[in-house]
Amino acid sequence: MKTNLRINQNLSQKLGFSFLSLVMVVTVLPILAVIVYIFLQGSPAISWEFLGGFPRDGMRQGGILPAIVGTFYLTLGTAIFSVPLGIAAAIYLAEYAPENKVTRLIRIAIINLAGIPSVVYGLFGLGLFVFFLNFGTSLLAASLTLSIMTLPVIISAAEEALRAVPQAFRTVSISLGGTRWQTIRRIVLPQALPGIITGVILGLERAAGETAPILFTGAAFFLPRLPNSPFDATMALPYHLFVISTQVPEMPFQIQYGTALVLLTFVLGMNIIATVIRSRARARRQW
Amino acid sequence: MDRSVDWREYVITRAIKTSGYSAILFVGLIFLFLLKEGLPALAKVPISNLLSTRWYPIEDFFGILPLLTGSLIVTLGAGLIAIPLGLGSAIFIAEIAPRWLREILKPLVELLGGLPSVVLGFLGILVLSPNLRILLDLPTGLTALAGSLLLGAIAIPTIVSIAEDALDSVPQSYREGALAVGATRWQTIWRVTLPAARSGVLTAVMLGIGRALGETMAVMMVTGNAPVMATRWNSLFMPARTMTATIAAEMGEVANASTHYSVLFFIGLVLFLISLAVNVTASSVIFRQKKRAERILS
Repeated sequence: MKTNLRINQNLSQKLGFSFLSLVMVVTVLPILAVIVYIFLQGSPAISWEFLGGFPRDGMRQGGILPAIVGTFYLTLGTAIFSVPLGIAAAIYLAEYAPENKVTRLIRIAIINLAGIPSVVYGLFGLGLFVFFLNFGTSLLAASLTLSIMTLPVIISAAEEALRAVPQAFRTVSISLGGTRWQTIRRIVLPQALPGIITGVILGLERAAGETAPILFTGAAFFLPRLPNSPFDATMALPYHLFVISTQVPEMPFQIQYGTALVLLTFVLGMNIIATVIRSRARARRQW
Repeated sequence: MDRSVDWREYVITRAIKTSGYSAILFVGLIFLFLLKEGLPALAKVPISNLLSTRWYPIEDFFGILPLLTGSLIVTLGAGLIAIPLGLGSAIFIAEIAPRWLREILKPLVELLGGLPSVVLGFLGILVLSPNLRILLDLPTGLTALAGSLLLGAIAIPTIVSIAEDALDSVPQSYREGALAVGATRWQTIWRVTLPAARSGVLTAVMLGIGRALGETMAVMMVTGNAPVMATRWNSLFMPARTMTATIAAEMGEVANASTHYSVLFFIGLVLFLISLAVNVTASSVIFRQKKRAERILS
């Protein structure tokens, strides 16, 4: 009787574990399939002319340089605004904020910022930056919109990195006569830096791949030159992929897959850099 | 200590404290601008028109119900896919996988979270929907179902990472206790670990659904963009149109401050309020359980 029960239990455990393994495979396999498929389909399109040339013939030929440069500028612009603000906010939450209602409100606000649909950020950017502040449909308006969207990712990752630095480091620095800011700048920040950088890159990765927030704030359907001021509209890789896969009839597949591949490489490259920095920092950490 | 250090310290501390409040400022600003641009819709369009079942802006029909039901059915489908797969994967990663496998699987699922939704939408158009059309013998593959499949994929990483964190934070002694009285690992997972982590798991599901509801590009590209009422179960196999897709598709073509413009902002306001409700509920669960808020974001 007892052994029977045990065998039954072991059997159901075996079945259960196999089932969950299957679920895991079903979840992971499509990710790999998507990446491999785009690499296979897209790589024949990659050439110097494709990466370094301007679109021709209604975007059906030529290259995607303006979109690549545009996405680079947008990511840079997003970083300029969101990185200092995000890290400062994280320092406040990790080092200064008292545990009270206001701090709780800040945390709820951060969670909410992270949850707001990306297209609503687009509306907000249109209302505030494009019309109210009169920046027009521009690199500046789009970067500002993306940076507010990126802010919660950076704040939460940076705060986690700062909190992971042992309290003893701070105590020692303060007891040697360092002020609070000196302690943060010289002791805490350097220790937390790899974690902060990882969070920053993951946040910017999201910004680089987003389309909805820049739809009405800065993205240009077609622009035969590079943007040369923050008040210019710009092409961008994700929006360009959207345009050539839905708005342009008789678009050659090769250019579509090529564009998808460049976007994927840009974004996955950032992701891999972030993962490497994190794991190397973990391996080197002495506390 | 000389005075210049004092002065600099003061300025920097003030700047940091001000930045600390920025999240509240931005949520407030977003709400304010949605109200400013969206509320006029209520004055310009009669409520009976707004709550009607016809969305046809060119002839001033602004019924948002088809969009609302479109969002609901696509999100429901996404939930049916993402919740079992996401929770199953989270359990596998947290409780079953050996350490080396976990180190591979976690970044891989994170990678899925990093895939731009426009890339998924692109493959949705070229690969997924033609196959769906043939497989299910439909007139078009661009259906709510195609949207659900993509949104499911987009919601999975959110669900996995939060649920996995929740399972991970269940003290090891709970599991050891269960195993010590003779439970199998399988029984321990179902009877001990999962119940102990249930609030985190619930949060994972809510935020995953919230993520799916707010997704725009992928869903706009594959759902066929037909604003029809989704009232029956088989609406899943017909084209649909979500709230997010409507804003993204139409905002580019409307005149500033026109009625259509205001109504699109009004839809944005509705989306904002839904996400506020989801996230405040989720965060109250988190704070009640004294979990660390930042976990759910990373």
